[in-house]
Amino acid sequence: MAASKVVAAPRRRDDRTTVPRADAGGGVPPRRRDDRGVAWLFLAPVLVGFAVFYVYPTALGVYYSLTDYGMLSEPNFVGVENYRELVDDDRFWNALKVTGYYVVLNIVSQTVLALALATLMHRLTQSMAMRAMLLVPWLVPNVTVGLLWMWMLDANLGFVNHALRAVGLGTTGFLTSPDWAMPTIAGINTWAYTGYTALLLYAGMLQIPRHLYESASLDGAGEWRMFTRITLPLLRPVLALVLVVSLIGSFQIFDTVAVTIRNAPAGVTRVIYYYIYEQAFTNFRMGYASAIAVVLALLLGVLTVVQMRLLRASRSDLA
Amino acid sequence: MTRTGFSPGRIAAWALLVVAVAATVFPFYWMVRTALTPAADIYTDAAGLLPERPTAINFLRVLGLTSREEAREAGGSGAQVDFLRYLLNSFVYCGLITVIQTQCCAMAGYAFARLRFPGRDVVFGVLIAALMVPPIFTLLPNFVLVKNLGWLNTFAGMVAPSVLMTPFAVFFLRQFFLSIPREVEEAATLDGVSGWGMFWRVVLPMSRGPLITIGLTTAVWSWKDFLWPLLTGRDEETRVLTVALGIFQQQSPNTQPDWTGLMAGSTLTVLPVLALLVFLGRRLVESLNFTGIK
Repeated sequence: MAASKVVAAPRRRDDRTTVPRADAGGGVPPRRRDDRGVAWLFLAPVLVGFAVFYVYPTALGVYYSLTDYGMLSEPNFVGVENYRELVDDDRFWNALKVTGYYVVLNIVSQTVLALALATLMHRLTQSMAMRAMLLVPWLVPNVTVGLLWMWMLDANLGFVNHALRAVGLGTTGFLTSPDWAMPTIAGINTWAYTGYTALLLYAGMLQIPRHLYESASLDGAGEWRMFTRITLPLLRPVLALVLVVSLIGSFQIFDTVAVTIRNAPAGVTRVIYYYIYEQAFTNFRMGYASAIAVVLALLLGVLTVVQMRLLRASRSDLA
Repeated sequence: MTRTGFSPGRIAAWALLVVAVAATVFPFYWMVRTALTPAADIYTDAAGLLPERPTAINFLRVLGLTSREEAREAGGSGAQVDFLRYLLNSFVYCGLITVIQTQCCAMAGYAFARLRFPGRDVVFGVLIAALMVPPIFTLLPNFVLVKNLGWLNTFAGMVAPSVLMTPFAVFFLRQFFLSIPREVEEAATLDGVSGWGMFWRVVLPMSRGPLITIGLTTAVWSWKDFLWPLLTGRDEETRVLTVALGIFQQQSPNTQPDWTGLMAGSTLTVLPVLALLVFLGRRLVESLNFTGIK
């Protein structure tokens, strides 16, 4: 079932180059086909959407980053002025730092937990019901997740503090404490995305041939040994992909912060997405916000290149 | 399964798994439990697993089914909220994007996979490159664009950037169409089916699985969407659930948020996806195998 689909997946990447070549040769009518009429008809909606809402805005975004633009008057070209200001902008560097802190916390906790969860499922149960339940937090809007945990963690009435008090521990205003706010937000999103990540890793584990575990077991290997010697090495390509995809995803944290930031200490939770939002729509500095967006795009571009590298380097593992 | 029986290790492993599921589900239980508690009771009745005096009033008041006075008496701030309308708006927003985007991307995916025309691979390559551009980058200019078109606070403006396409859906569906055996089309060609008809009468009916998969993924993401609809659909007429929750939170008095109302509203954002999970759970879970690992 699911496993066979996954097995087919890595091969797909090559199709782009092989299939058109097969067209020119093999089982096609001898005359040269040209479907350009009907093809452009099929493509029309997508190409319109792409040109108007992807290509044009991308160019426009770069242009805005070189202007002073308050949305009320026309953009005024200022060259690299925005970027020069960015270098000296403490809030920008702080936002990068806060985001980096969040990304590290979130990725580490999420990956470790998801790996543990996926392994437990893989070695114990195929239960679809369990998998479905683990997926629920991912299906729910981040706004809901943020509010739900604000309530769970409320300093006076929240369930978590009730529980802490019940076992004799002091209460904490998790989201209002400068030290705890960002780790708490990282924890909330770990809760929201671990199940999803675990299911991705689980799908990867299903690709590992079962007989490897059986023969290892016959040789007297314990579960930990099987995990470190079979699961982890063979999962590496999938793990690398999932890791970098969630890495890039967590750089773009916004919703959870936007909901919980109201009572959070100033600056401590101002992540890069929020800073862009604030500059554009609170301070009406569209040009400056665009410059930050350009920097973020470049940063994510670098991460994507690293991702490609990782994937190619790990391909040989897929025996 | 390599080992059976009840070794201590296995019992511990099962216990961990059960704890993980409980930790996943419990906050949702607590959300519903709070939504069913009278606002006046949240100070006195805060830790019991069941509310002492369960009530549906919070749902009624956030759905706009009570009068202002009744709502204020039940703990609301008196601000008018109408989650029934926001729920409907969410369905419209989500439905438009899911249906039209899936359809348009299927058409394009088919053209890229099966039709021959000059420039095909170049166009496809450019499209895929767009996967690298982070959403916030196009979000700012798109907002200006939608604003200049006079489309703020209209569904047209809210769905415009995503309703026609997303590069990933085109990519995903193209991959599937490439895997359909050529013989199918050749047989249909002999029967006199070609071009346009081939897509509608032969290829689409064969592709229900992947279409549902990509449609589900699109539906989930647009259901969760917050920032874009916040910028373009703030008005009552177009406000979706996520935006409504954010605004509702800010409207509640500064001293103490209207928790019971907020949790009732939050529950409304969870129920539809829960229904989706109940009816299409297997498909949804398995779709991760497709879309997640590409």
